[in-house]
Amino acid sequence: MTVGARGNWDFVLPFRGGKLLGLVLVAYAVATATVLFQTVTQNRILTPAVMGFDSLYVALQTALVFFLGTRDLANVDIRLRFVLETVLMVAMSMALFHWLFLSRQRSLHLVVLAGLVFGVFFRSLSHMMQRILDPNEFIALQDMLFASFNAIDRQLLAVSTVIVLVTAWVSRRLLAKLDVLMLGRDAAINLGIDYRRVVMMLFAVIAVLVSVSTALVGPVTFFGLLVASLAYQAVGTDRHKYTLPAATLVAVIALVGGQTVIERVFGFDTALSVIIEFTGGLAFMLLLYRNLKR
Amino acid sequence: MIEIQNLTKRYDDATVVDDVSLALPESGITAIVGPNGAGKSTLLSMVARLIPSTSGRVLVDGLDVQETPGAVLAKRLAILKQNNQVGMRLTVSELVAFGRFPHSGGRPTVEDERHIDEAISYLGLDDLRNRFLDELSGGQRQRAFVAMVLAQDTKYVLLDEPLNSLDMKHAAAMMKLLRRTADDLGRSITVVIHDINFASIYADHVVAMRDGRVMLQGGAGDLMQEAVLQDIYDTVVQVREVEGHRLGLHYL
Repeated sequence: MTVGARGNWDFVLPFRGGKLLGLVLVAYAVATATVLFQTVTQNRILTPAVMGFDSLYVALQTALVFFLGTRDLANVDIRLRFVLETVLMVAMSMALFHWLFLSRQRSLHLVVLAGLVFGVFFRSLSHMMQRILDPNEFIALQDMLFASFNAIDRQLLAVSTVIVLVTAWVSRRLLAKLDVLMLGRDAAINLGIDYRRVVMMLFAVIAVLVSVSTALVGPVTFFGLLVASLAYQAVGTDRHKYTLPAATLVAVIALVGGQTVIERVFGFDTALSVIIEFTGGLAFMLLLYRNLKR
Repeated sequence: MIEIQNLTKRYDDATVVDDVSLALPESGITAIVGPNGAGKSTLLSMVARLIPSTSGRVLVDGLDVQETPGAVLAKRLAILKQNNQVGMRLTVSELVAFGRFPHSGGRPTVEDERHIDEAISYLGLDDLRNRFLDELSGGQRQRAFVAMVLAQDTKYVLLDEPLNSLDMKHAAAMMKLLRRTADDLGRSITVVIHDINFASIYADHVVAMRDGRVMLQGGAGDLMQEAVLQDIYDTVVQVREVEGHRLGLHYL
């Protein structure tokens, strides 16, 4: 935070502090959402993005602009809008999963496949609405959607912090049950877990976390896969007591470290996502290589 | 006692379990036998609330399994299914420790540790307790899962084909172990089993199913009759007596 700081501290501290808080929030949200999602689906390759969670959020925002117009939207407090969008997002994803899960006994794989299809559907829907949008409105929408790590939405920080703390409390309470979920549905039910309720709660937490990270910096989800795999490798156990904090830590290091490198070494010349994809790719190849040798 | 009342399971228009009423006793070994597709595993899964029934109900000591909280049932009833793929890397003792979850809620006490150790030694896994599951043979892994179910310390234990993927030696050892568990620890063990001879030798009660219906319930002697077996399996099975046990020969 203090690297290369010159000038007025009254400006530097809140400016950089806000940015740091934003990055930490995003890191936590992405890492936790991915680990929880991989636990529920018992699959180490899936991420919430695959299930169309963030395209749902994008579709939601597009629909808001499409039906309400930017002028009306601009009059609404951005924090209120964010909370409303998150609530809507959770409600929609819960409805989706309720229908998929509870109307009939369905396999998780079917649910995931349906998620893939829904993801494409929501993306196409957003594109279609964006095509027929007024060009001025479209620019405003683009501005909302293509947030980046440099331009974290500061007004949302306080709300996001509160929301993230609530989800952290919920996932902490579920910590022991999360380990049991890794044994699979039948074993979890056998051990007395209210499977349906716990899974729905986790999906709600995931939906909230995806909303937070998407609202703050836009869709970044390859990142989740990367930090989750690195965390599993690093801690060498699958206990959530260790993997959840580890994934968050890896994510914080990657985001804050990456952002520092960009600002100080590359002089804002490049995007953080590029750096993350680059180092992520290298780390991934290293992991593959090590597994091959074993 | 587990009471099964008019239990039915239908998938679209296929009826897998058809109006089954049964009572599983409080002690001893009950073997559920029958040809493939008779609905044995489905019945067991419904009893253990893993799948909902289309109609009918199951009472475990008077508690309806669909309405009783899962955590309450988990202290009375344990089930082990046949395919046990675990999505995480676990050692034997970590796996067995999961069996204590209904009692410990994830924070094992001294009492829980004692149950874990007992279950591990009961299944002769002391030397393997720190080995990872993916480093074990099929038989050893099966024993580890049985240890987990025993550590759960429930009156009723349901096992879905526990002899699957076990060779002759290990299959017989597993049945002896279940016999010992039922006798020494007073558990009620229900097994779905394919080999009628194991049922004949080790089970106290036998339930035979075909096409989703119960064809017979009674002692092993009632099952091991040539006419009865032909009725259930649709194939000729000769029955011979060897050292006081009635054995079916279906190889001829």
